[in-house]
Amino acid sequence: MSVPFYVPPEQLTREKAEFARKGIARGRPLIVLEFAGGILFVAENPSTHLHKVAELYDRIAFCAVGRFSEFENLRQAGVRLADIRGYAYGREDVTSRSIANAYSQTLGQIFVQEFKPYEVELCVAEVGIDGAPNAMYHIVFDGNVFDRKGFLAMGGQSDELNTELQRGYDENMELDAALQLAMRVLRQAAPAGETGARLEVAVLERDRPRRSFRRLSQEDVQSRAGEPAS
Amino acid sequence: MRNPFEGPRLHSPSFVDALRAYAPDLLEVRPASGTVPEVPHGTTVAAVRFADGVAMGGDRRATEGMAIAQRDIEKVFPADDFSAVAIAGAAGPAIEMVRLFQTELEHYEKIEGFPLSLEGKANKLGQMVRGNLPLAMQGLVVLPLFCGYDTRRQAGRIFRYDVTGGRWEDADYHATGSGGRDARGSLKKRWRPDIDGDTAVDVLMEALYDAADEDAATGGPDLVRGIFPVVATVTAQGYWRIPDDELRKAAERVVAARAEESADR
Repeated sequence: MSVPFYVPPEQLTREKAEFARKGIARGRPLIVLEFAGGILFVAENPSTHLHKVAELYDRIAFCAVGRFSEFENLRQAGVRLADIRGYAYGREDVTSRSIANAYSQTLGQIFVQEFKPYEVELCVAEVGIDGAPNAMYHIVFDGNVFDRKGFLAMGGQSDELNTELQRGYDENMELDAALQLAMRVLRQAAPAGETGARLEVAVLERDRPRRSFRRLSQEDVQSRAGEPAS
Repeated sequence: MRNPFEGPRLHSPSFVDALRAYAPDLLEVRPASGTVPEVPHGTTVAAVRFADGVAMGGDRRATEGMAIAQRDIEKVFPADDFSAVAIAGAAGPAIEMVRLFQTELEHYEKIEGFPLSLEGKANKLGQMVRGNLPLAMQGLVVLPLFCGYDTRRQAGRIFRYDVTGGRWEDADYHATGSGGRDARGSLKKRWRPDIDGDTAVDVLMEALYDAADEDAATGGPDLVRGIFPVVATVTAQGYWRIPDDELRKAAERVVAARAEESADR
């Protein structure tokens, strides 16, 4: 058996992180925004069938940027975890915290043990009911979890997007205003010459009983954004 | 429970398969010898097709041998947005089967991104009934009635099952459970093609009344406690449980009509 060259762990970690960051930045961005009636997800996504935003459980949604095959695998495992928990215990016992924790463990392990880290960033969001606050867990490629408040942009030039969001954000926004903000920020950040990427839009609506996740149709998005239907 | 994030990747949209892979103890029922002690049984459920979809109803009684186990049990459940399931038979395993079935449909929808066809849902329920065969052999029979709105055919459809998981589609109406035969007799006389939703509710209410009239295990409208049969409809607009005050009125109409017939005699 050949002995591999020794690479110091600092260097290995740094190089893996750099690789993952580059991969994620190449992808199209996604924005998560808390608004008065729930949580809004807006993703640039040319595909109508391959989703970046999806329902995990009654009040919990998943969204991701990066490599589709990798986050789709994670999404399905999240649905299984949630449904098995809800079936074994009760529907109220499925929480975004425990799902975010499972994602963190998995991504952390992959980052350390696998030759190639996952090039993904995820957000697990839960809309609060009965006065409870929303939760937004931002999980990055190495398993680190950040507890976000208000808004979050992932993928593409996410730093610039976050700065722009900060400028226009107000936590009491209605859905239409939140959608318009997200669309404006995404459009500003789009590379020159590229306009009108297809948007995948979904919401977790606080007042919707039981399964609060809902996708918005293209027509609905256009009318809410105050744009004529194309 | 094993962690769904670990181990070989599961390539199945089925929740039952996920349970088998990660939490098999939640599925397993070990065969036991001897006879099962008396457990609550749900009695009569019925479904009818109408112009815009299907309606499904059930009485509220559960019996344990000769005793009434529960007066206000519910036997009609939404399976998902466009289908409903009603249960007759051993109430414990039946309600558990409904819970598994509901989760199965929701799980498939979330994994795949779109719901199962109505045909697919009906077949899946048949597999679950078949899985219950060992328990059925010991007396814990579960016989669901399934109905839904077929969004492709744009029509309501009704499915019944036998204990082996055999699945049979009924074009017009069906009733099952201990009072099922009596309810079917009533439906045969009252049901007409292309009745509207309100009439469908009345027809079901009357069939359940007739079942309660003939079958000791089926509960009639309980005017003293205000407990009435439950009816739900499934149409292109989705699952809709008829509100309690409307059910009360429908039940009272049947009782009043029967009282008048008796007085005329």
